[in-house]
Amino acid sequence: METVELLIDNIPIKVPAGTTILKAAEEAGVHIPTLCYLEDINEIGACRICVVEVEGYSTLAAACVMPVHQGMVVKTNTPAVRASRRMNLELILSDHDSDCPTCIRNGNCELQTLCEELNVRNVRFEGTKKHERILDTSTPALVRDTGKCILCYRCVSVCDHVQGVDAIAAVNRGFETTIAPAFNKGLIDVPCVECGQCILTCPVGALYEKECIDEVWTAIADKEKFTVVQTAPATRVSIGEEFGMEPGDISTGQMVAALRRLGFDAVMDTDFTADLTIMEEGHEFIERLTEGGVLPLITSCSPGWVKYMEHFYPEFIPNMSTCKSPQQMFGALAKTFYAEKIDLDPEKVVSVSIMPCTAKKYEAQRPEMRDSGYQDVDYVLTTRELARMIKEAGIDFKNLPEEDYDDPMGESTGAAVIFGATGGVMEAALRTAYEVITGKTLASVDFHDVRGLEGIKEATVDVDGTEVKVAVAHSLGHARELLERVKAGSQYHFIEIMGCPGGCIGGGGQPIPTDTEIRDARMKGIYEADEAMALRKSHDNPSIKAIYEEYLGKPLGDKSHHLLHTEYTERSQY
Amino acid sequence: MVKENRVVLRNHGELDPLKIDEYIARDGYNALKKAFNMGQDDVIEEVKASKLRGRGGAGFSCGLKWLFTKQVEADQKYVVCNADEGEPGTYKDRMIMQYDPHTLIEGMAICGYAVGADKGYIYCRGEYPYILDILNTAIGQAAEKGLLGDFSIEVRYGAGAYVCGEETALLASLEGKRGEPSCKPPYPTVEGVWKKPTVVNNVETFASVPSIINKGAEWYSSIGDPDYPGTKILTLSGDVNNTTFFEVPTDTTLREVIFGLGGGMKDGKAFKAAQVGGNSGAFVPESLLDTPIAFDSMESISATLGSGAVFVLDETRDIVDVSCRVAGFFVHESCGKCAPCRIGTTRIHEIIERIGQGRGNAADLVLLKDLGSVMAGSCLCGLGQAAPVPILSVLKHFAEDYDAAIARAGEVC
Ligand SMILES: Cc1cc2nc3c(=O)[nH]c(=O)nc-3n(C[C@H](O)[C@H](O)[C@H](O)COP(=O)(O)O)c2cc1C
Repeated sequence: METVELLIDNIPIKVPAGTTILKAAEEAGVHIPTLCYLEDINEIGACRICVVEVEGYSTLAAACVMPVHQGMVVKTNTPAVRASRRMNLELILSDHDSDCPTCIRNGNCELQTLCEELNVRNVRFEGTKKHERILDTSTPALVRDTGKCILCYRCVSVCDHVQGVDAIAAVNRGFETTIAPAFNKGLIDVPCVECGQCILTCPVGALYEKECIDEVWTAIADKEKFTVVQTAPATRVSIGEEFGMEPGDISTGQMVAALRRLGFDAVMDTDFTADLTIMEEGHEFIERLTEGGVLPLITSCSPGWVKYMEHFYPEFIPNMSTCKSPQQMFGALAKTFYAEKIDLDPEKVVSVSIMPCTAKKYEAQRPEMRDSGYQDVDYVLTTRELARMIKEAGIDFKNLPEEDYDDPMGESTGAAVIFGATGGVMEAALRTAYEVITGKTLASVDFHDVRGLEGIKEATVDVDGTEVKVAVAHSLGHARELLERVKAGSQYHFIEIMGCPGGCIGGGGQPIPTDTEIRDARMKGIYEADEAMALRKSHDNPSIKAIYEEYLGKPLGDKSHHLLHTEYTERSQY
Repeated sequence: MVKENRVVLRNHGELDPLKIDEYIARDGYNALKKAFNMGQDDVIEEVKASKLRGRGGAGFSCGLKWLFTKQVEADQKYVVCNADEGEPGTYKDRMIMQYDPHTLIEGMAICGYAVGADKGYIYCRGEYPYILDILNTAIGQAAEKGLLGDFSIEVRYGAGAYVCGEETALLASLEGKRGEPSCKPPYPTVEGVWKKPTVVNNVETFASVPSIINKGAEWYSSIGDPDYPGTKILTLSGDVNNTTFFEVPTDTTLREVIFGLGGGMKDGKAFKAAQVGGNSGAFVPESLLDTPIAFDSMESISATLGSGAVFVLDETRDIVDVSCRVAGFFVHESCGKCAPCRIGTTRIHEIIERIGQGRGNAADLVLLKDLGSVMAGSCLCGLGQAAPVPILSVLKHFAEDYDAAIARAGEVC
């Protein structure tokens, strides 16, 4: 590879040709502040915070996009550079609703951090005009506050380049520019899938989840109500980050303890219904494979993906597994099976879920999701919201003694926890489908081909002489790519799709920041949790065996059909 | 007395633009034929040797731009003519397209041959709808006569955004995207329209080429200023007697333009300032009028030749008010992509408005200068970088006008 030599703040450094000044400076140990920059996603040089002096240039250069060249002389700390960075921050602040103390991102805001880093002490444009503030609360999951928006374009880029949804873009121009759905409509009027990836990229508080913390506090405090909470697989490897733990640290026991201290009456696990999903979906797969149903079968756990499919690829509705997501299976059972078991009026049950996801808030409100006769899941809290409640309650999360989930929906296997990472549902399904079809025991339960952060993964599994071809995609951009391959003739038996990059560990409800490195660490945590489990195959879960014996009968049976399966609706794009 | 030298406008008023035979009768398409018989590199070498520099404002060597585009390996290349002509007070490109379209077409075709592009686009200012028929008729006639070889030209229209004259924004708009500039590199010569190597030149630049090929680089480079040779079309407006256009050698001074060809100030009033190069240009005081219009001479007085618009103000004009209107133009035309331009243009306007209304103070002047110099140095594209130029120029040359406005504010209190 061609390399070039340059000087950054008098430090000689050698980097590959084409490297940006920003990256080269990192190599040289020089930190250049950035704001709109988001590696590989948003590299547009729009905020002008990363400007540096380059010898021979009459204007400053944006370090995030400017490639280095041989003999380049860069200065990152000159009067002009400092003046520009501060002035540009002042300008941004002058058009920003700086109500920091009550902002959802207070203390975790890149704009705040930059002002601190760059010693901004006053804004010389007080009392001047601001662009229009629109508070878009039209969807069940997301809030868009244009008054906080600093127009960094990160959300636009992630929605377009990563998710391929393109629900938001710049509207109007100049000072009047806002980031909005077409024609300044609400997000509800465009094919936004509510995945929340925009929230993860937002440097400020312009995009956030629609919180339901207060509703949950009220339910907990209500003596008449019985609160049941479930926790999604991916939350246990990320919530610790909110309390100073490392990404991927497994804090299942602390989370259970914290939920009890918050006052939930029963603390159970979405992992239980993840195992149940495998029983249902595994048998659905076996049925389609052996009896000639529509293939490839495509997973339906990810509500962002489901909504995306309904908007953009409705022709795949027959391919979709009819299984509800684990959250919704849990919800339906909480107000039927569980309520009966502990002799409770289901009307008194308030069912809450802790999810790494924003689209789950939307999913819970879909009209189909009322098979118990009530809304099956009443409130969905993101991982972040749960952390906020724990902080509000003054609980020392990190040092909590670990506790176990309640029965009868608290027991799970390693196959369930891996639902949290891309490829996990596929792997879990293969573990069960293989053993059910062949009647043999797997020599190794690990299917490494479907693990990892590669965008689209393919594998072939020999199931007693039948070559089963599977594919896994995460992020909707990759989903689109995979579906286009299918339309062009690629043959698969089974496809797993997760809406968010990395799967649920990278979900829109997860702690901020969530980047590739953090996704990777959380994923490691997921597979560690799997390995640490005594049981690693869903069909081995004693509580699953019990619920079939006691209540459901058999996979794909009548009761399952009523409570655990669903249907899909074609939706327009405009 | 300074005289016009019509090179680009040699056919102006001499022919019917819709009759190709009249153009051919005046030596038309000879240069293209001549080019076809030269090697591609020789054509580029000739243009380079002529020292022709871009007439769209940035003054980059035309020959070098063609050479860079030719040197990139690609299965497809494009020639794009920047006919967005958004600079207020400027209509030179329209003069060329409306009255002598074949000169432009011939120039573009020569470029296409030289760089290896078989497709050209003319990106035309949206406010010139009547040019479309003229251009398409002319292109059709040239193609019908087989004069263009395998080169074809398509006319596309802008939608009224000034920023779409900036080449990267223009290319985005041409592709049907929001007209927003992007950071360079990559330059259009490497990654232009549809991500292919693209020459982007101004109408006047292309229209200069046929004469250069016909009469040779030596002839051209001997006209006007040696570092920015040739002629430049100027459009004169404001408080002068002859508000019209002229094509002059580039060593002509501003004084010769305004008081010679321009016939001096209207109604015998005294000269106050001239804004040169359009709205993004500096205001030049009387003391600097002996500066030649050539690119580098203008730069040496912190001004720009820009599009060649010369807007003259007499002694009765209120400089604070005029600069406030100029600032308002940039508020309207900022695309909103980069922070300093999106917000800075509005803040500049607010401050000047406040001063003009008698609500300003001395700190405002400091802030205006600080903001202006930061924008000039750190905005993403030429629009934001140039937006403070006129303001900084009046603060420098007409500081007393601003001081007076601020002193008035003191009285009000
Ligand atoms: C805000 C802005 C507006 C511009 N408008 C025009 C225009 O209307 N016409 C034009 O030819 N160049 C315009 N330019 C310059 C172009 O970016 C580019 O430099 C030019 O088209 C190159 O052609 P040339 O080398 O022949 O001058 C503009 C630049 C900026 C920054």
